[in-house]
Amino acid sequence: MKQVLMKGNEALAEAALRAGCRFYSGYPITPQSEILEYLSWRMDEVGGEFIQTESELSGINMLLGASAAGARVLTSSSGPGYSLNQEGISYLVAADLPAVIVDVMRYGNGLGDVSQSQGDYWQLTRGGGHGDYRTIVLAPSSVQENADFTYEAFELAEKYRHPVLIGSDAAIGQMIEKVSFPEMKDHDIDTYEWSIKGCKKGEVQKKITNTLYYMENYDDYLLNKYQQMEDNEQRWESISVEDAELVLVAYGISSRICKEAVMTAREQGIKLGLIRPITLWPYPVNAFKELGSECKALMTVEMNILGQMKDDVVLAVANKYPVYSYTTVKEVPETETIIEKAKNILSCKEA
Amino acid sequence: MKLKAPESISFAETSFCPGCGHGLVARLIGEVMEEMGMTEKLLTVVDVACASLNIDTWKFDTIMAAHGRPIATATGVKKVRKENPVLAYLGDGAAYAIGISETMYGALRNDNVVVIVINNGVFGMTGGQMAPTSLEGQRTSTTVMGRDVKKTGKPFDITKMIGQLDIAYLARGSVANFKDIAKTKKYIRKAFEKHMNNEGYCLLEILSPCPTNLGMTPVQCAQRVDDAMRDQYPTGEYIDNGGNQ
Repeated sequence: MKQVLMKGNEALAEAALRAGCRFYSGYPITPQSEILEYLSWRMDEVGGEFIQTESELSGINMLLGASAAGARVLTSSSGPGYSLNQEGISYLVAADLPAVIVDVMRYGNGLGDVSQSQGDYWQLTRGGGHGDYRTIVLAPSSVQENADFTYEAFELAEKYRHPVLIGSDAAIGQMIEKVSFPEMKDHDIDTYEWSIKGCKKGEVQKKITNTLYYMENYDDYLLNKYQQMEDNEQRWESISVEDAELVLVAYGISSRICKEAVMTAREQGIKLGLIRPITLWPYPVNAFKELGSECKALMTVEMNILGQMKDDVVLAVANKYPVYSYTTVKEVPETETIIEKAKNILSCKEA
Repeated sequence: MKLKAPESISFAETSFCPGCGHGLVARLIGEVMEEMGMTEKLLTVVDVACASLNIDTWKFDTIMAAHGRPIATATGVKKVRKENPVLAYLGDGAAYAIGISETMYGALRNDNVVVIVINNGVFGMTGGQMAPTSLEGQRTSTTVMGRDVKKTGKPFDITKMIGQLDIAYLARGSVANFKDIAKTKKYIRKAFEKHMNNEGYCLLEILSPCPTNLGMTPVQCAQRVDDAMRDQYPTGEYIDNGGNQ
């Protein structure tokens, strides 16, 4: 298909429609409002339903109803609004309902700021809402991936009957790049045998509620579901990892800087590599099996204060290598700094 | 007089307290669906706590929503299943405390859903705490000396909040006596007729006894609804627009 120039958030919205999504309910918040604005008119064109709700709470709970009725559904938010989405995400998990939820991350706690950041990593990957659960989290690093991952997120949500998250970046949401779209897909609301349609005489009524009320082996069922996701859905991209002495680990917008750092460093004779998690959960632990015999250490490069992803890398390498962090919060990391820190680590100085 | 209960009600599974009004309303909804030929079409969204027990009382396809969110959830259902009648069923704590925003905005958008709010003046399943609708001076587990309106504000009357909005139907019924039960059933039927006519938001509040949390016998509690509650919350039809303009 032909390529067009498009803003990341709008590409994401268009891809959702093309995946057969015909229901959106959500609330404006920077830097994701273009998703809402785009769908406010585009949803009409394809005969879908768009509702600007009074809050993110209403948005996610409205979406829950539409999902239970059999539609492919989307909501999107950022930071503070995504926190409010957590109530509904926990309920979607409890009721085995598919949905796609986008968090275009922004900077800071509380209200924070509209600047870019990668500060919601823990909230996205650890559950976030009440109870104990996990959700697949896809982390795009380009406008094209914003489109591709959204399209795919609906398939994954349907495959597991589970909400799927897209942890997008403000930078990627706001930047304009070339993108080509997958083909338009129709979704039949009667596809699922479990969706509510009206209970015919002689049928067993459908109860969309916490499955623990009706399932004897609820914990086994959930553990198996998460195990399937961990076994089948780990995704990542590796660059020059096999002979790397220092492996960078970064996702989203930071990973693009890291790619440049790997190339520049290699020109200088410094053997850097990169593991880019595409799924933030399940964390791509299998990627770390590719580390070569020359590997001395790893360094996460991410845009938050605490270096949130470092924990996952430490677990993935099981203490075989030291793991360092280079965090930049709301500024994108710098290639020169990455290389400087890599040199320090490799010469046994503090990073 | 019809004595046989509608097939959409499962008495084997129901678990309301003796004297509670929820079971009566559940049956009235079942009867109205049967009379309107919509038993196989109704989609319901119930709140948590006492209202949620209907998921096992009815044989309708049902969603149990998050506390206070059934109206938003029902709107989501109706947007996808436009041919089906869709009911949001919740208590006064859900509709007027935690979910007041969803209740208000469903009305502001004139969402095409039927909303039934059971007003028993108390948070039921959590053990009888003060609700927005608790009467002045009413003793509850969080107002042990009686509700002090200087601290809590006065009892909440939904008709004063959405009574001027451009919605399809607003009424208040009661299930504390035979006459009111018959009238309430008519209100339920009218709400569903307007709903199927795509007229918009239909909210019906129903005054209902909660003998368990008020520490009364079922008869005493029904009497209290007839006297004290109806003084505070007059029954009748408040908005009846009679057609989508």
